[in-house]
Amino acid sequence: MREFLEGSRAIAEIVKRCKPGVISAYPITPQTHIVEELAQFVADGELKSQFVNVESEHSAASVVLGGVAAGVRSYTATSSQGLFYMMEVLFNIAGLRLPLVMTCANRAVSAPINIWNDHQDSISLRDSGWIQLFAEDIQEAADFHVLGYKLSEDHSIMLPVMVCMDGFILTHGIETVDMPVQEDVDKFLPAYRPLYKLDPAKPVTMGVLADPECYMETRYAIQETMKKVLDKIPVLTGEFSRVFGRAYNGLVEQYHTKDADRVIVAMGSVCGTVKEVVDELRAKGKKVGLLKITAYRPFPAQKVFDALKDIPKVAVLDRSLSLGSYAPVASEIKAVFCGKKKGPKVISSFIAGLGGRDITKDSVRQIFSLLTSKEVSCEFIDLKPELLKEKYE
Amino acid sequence: MSKNLFASGHTACAGCGQSLGARLVIDAAGPNTIVVNNTGCLEVFSTKYPETAWEVPWIHSLFENAAAVASGVESALKFMGTKDTINVIAQAGDGGTADIGLQALSGMLERNHDILYVCYDNEAYMNTGIQRSGLTPFDTNTTTSPIGSQSLGNIRPKKPLPEIAAAHGVPYVATASVAFPNDVQRKVKKALSIKGAKYLQIHVPCPLGWRHESGATIQVAKAAFETGLYPLVEFEFGKVVAVRQIQPKPVEEYLKLQGRFKHLMNNPEEIKKIQAIADANIEKYGLKA
Amino acid sequence: MFGPLISRPGSSRNNKTGSWRTEVKPKFLRQNCIGCKMCLVVCPEGCIAGNEKNTYGCDYLFCKGCGNCAAICPKADIIMVKEESKD
Repeated sequence: MREFLEGSRAIAEIVKRCKPGVISAYPITPQTHIVEELAQFVADGELKSQFVNVESEHSAASVVLGGVAAGVRSYTATSSQGLFYMMEVLFNIAGLRLPLVMTCANRAVSAPINIWNDHQDSISLRDSGWIQLFAEDIQEAADFHVLGYKLSEDHSIMLPVMVCMDGFILTHGIETVDMPVQEDVDKFLPAYRPLYKLDPAKPVTMGVLADPECYMETRYAIQETMKKVLDKIPVLTGEFSRVFGRAYNGLVEQYHTKDADRVIVAMGSVCGTVKEVVDELRAKGKKVGLLKITAYRPFPAQKVFDALKDIPKVAVLDRSLSLGSYAPVASEIKAVFCGKKKGPKVISSFIAGLGGRDITKDSVRQIFSLLTSKEVSCEFIDLKPELLKEKYE
Repeated sequence: MSKNLFASGHTACAGCGQSLGARLVIDAAGPNTIVVNNTGCLEVFSTKYPETAWEVPWIHSLFENAAAVASGVESALKFMGTKDTINVIAQAGDGGTADIGLQALSGMLERNHDILYVCYDNEAYMNTGIQRSGLTPFDTNTTTSPIGSQSLGNIRPKKPLPEIAAAHGVPYVATASVAFPNDVQRKVKKALSIKGAKYLQIHVPCPLGWRHESGATIQVAKAAFETGLYPLVEFEFGKVVAVRQIQPKPVEEYLKLQGRFKHLMNNPEEIKKIQAIADANIEKYGLKA
Repeated sequence: MFGPLISRPGSSRNNKTGSWRTEVKPKFLRQNCIGCKMCLVVCPEGCIAGNEKNTYGCDYLFCKGCGNCAAICPKADIIMVKEESKD
């Protein structure tokens, strides 16, 4: 049913339909509305769930870890500082191979404190073993939660899923969303069937000490499973399409890339803006396109290679930065073509939109115009040089 | 031999008070129990893959979050409607409880989850090499509060964790000691019969960290109690309801048994300070029989 | 195999910690035992068993020789003897 909803409300509605039995979160802007809506559903009896108001994000993640370890589907949401506070628990959840879906309302990280959108928070968790899906709009953000539970709880996967949605832009933006009915969600997403759980009827010990004799194999196993995820996502999006009528590639989206001579690679809500500029430039006869990365982890290297190998000039738009080195998405795009015979002549890297600085259509046009035969690296868009003259004496 | 729920073959030091405490707790709790453990000696010596000493479902997550993970387990059981038939025990050492774990413990107590939290108090971070914790007693020689020409050991008294737990107003808080194993099990059973959050702190000597003979575990624990340095008390909803009384012995009787207090033996001034701590406990709880 | 490393219950019994003993081991005299069970209760390994008076003994495959049983016995009916002694 199509509704005009605030992004956070859409997420709360879809999570309600996924029926988690344990919900635990700690408030942080801009995730708050999601959790408040869920609390209201529980208070009104619309969602039967144990809603645990914890004293920190570290405990929020720990509570959902315990919940799913005991055999109950669980949910949490956070941003930025909260994500960092629960970081060790997130690595723990992935290492314990427990299924979970978490919403990350992407927000910049301190210091300085900034509550607006960029990708530094979830990007900094890219090593954790979590599957990371980046949503372009509220519809994707909502759909990825349903997809996420099914993917995560698959017995051949058993890895947690982080649905990344741009803070404020998507969480507080209002868009038309096709909200699935409960029966369809139930059809696509059955009840959680644990592969292992804490149960006195069948006791097991979980979270053991692994010495050098066996630790490495656990990391290898996650790496191998991530390869399976690349195959599993298209299968699940196919099923998703049959049930809900919306088709996703799930790994990447190619927008006018087939004959393009310049392509921007991006993730998240900025893709909507890039698509508009692509449309405008295409109307003027310019051969431009967008490659949207949906699944950032596992990184869809083959799909990226296939999409970009014949594109002469590629611009990667990062909303994060590995300070002291390169932009994260740009370095992974470049790595795909390293040592390959085919590939773009130029892969330029642009940094934009940090700390919530708007990426406008002008910003995107500027990137296309800066995408020349001269490759640039970590080129900041819309920077204000006058602010760099701050003095302390 | 009826099967212990905490099996032999674990790699605790000979005479480890904590391994004794852990066995007493889980045997009192019974097989319908899920245990959530923090990082520490107990977790390390009982679950090195592929061997586990635990016959009940058991999970270890991180160093500071047993109370929070247990809150999640308890919530899941509540959701499934099975909480009334399954015990949830969260357990940790003194460091994992009083210091890094205090936030999660306080949250668990404040929300009154139906969980028994057991703190095995061996008075230092033993697993990482005998470093000082918030429950290390005054003047104790540890590796991060070592004695030296400028130092007589730890400069602070024990954090009053049982009082902090009791201040949350939860149904039951108690201290116990492996010197009195039956009392430990009585308190575990009593706690598990009560709905709501419960905190039990068990004094467990560590032969390695305290420097005493491996066979002196019970004797040392008993001496701690008999001097008034480790009162055995029970709180219900924040009020003291029971104490175990003593004919107080001078603190030297306890200190002289352990290498970690050896530096105090010729220092009557310092021993007076420790006696004052014992006397304050005796006064506060009315311990003198 | 995923690698979450899940251990089966009680598998620690494969680790025979009795091999740790180097100096002494307990000898249960079974003469003055009153069946108080305190030796069974205080053993950190949980490897002492028995039911009536004078039936208590330990599983030497697991006993680490700590001596707490001998220390607690109210009748001194458990003594620590050299590891090499025959009994």
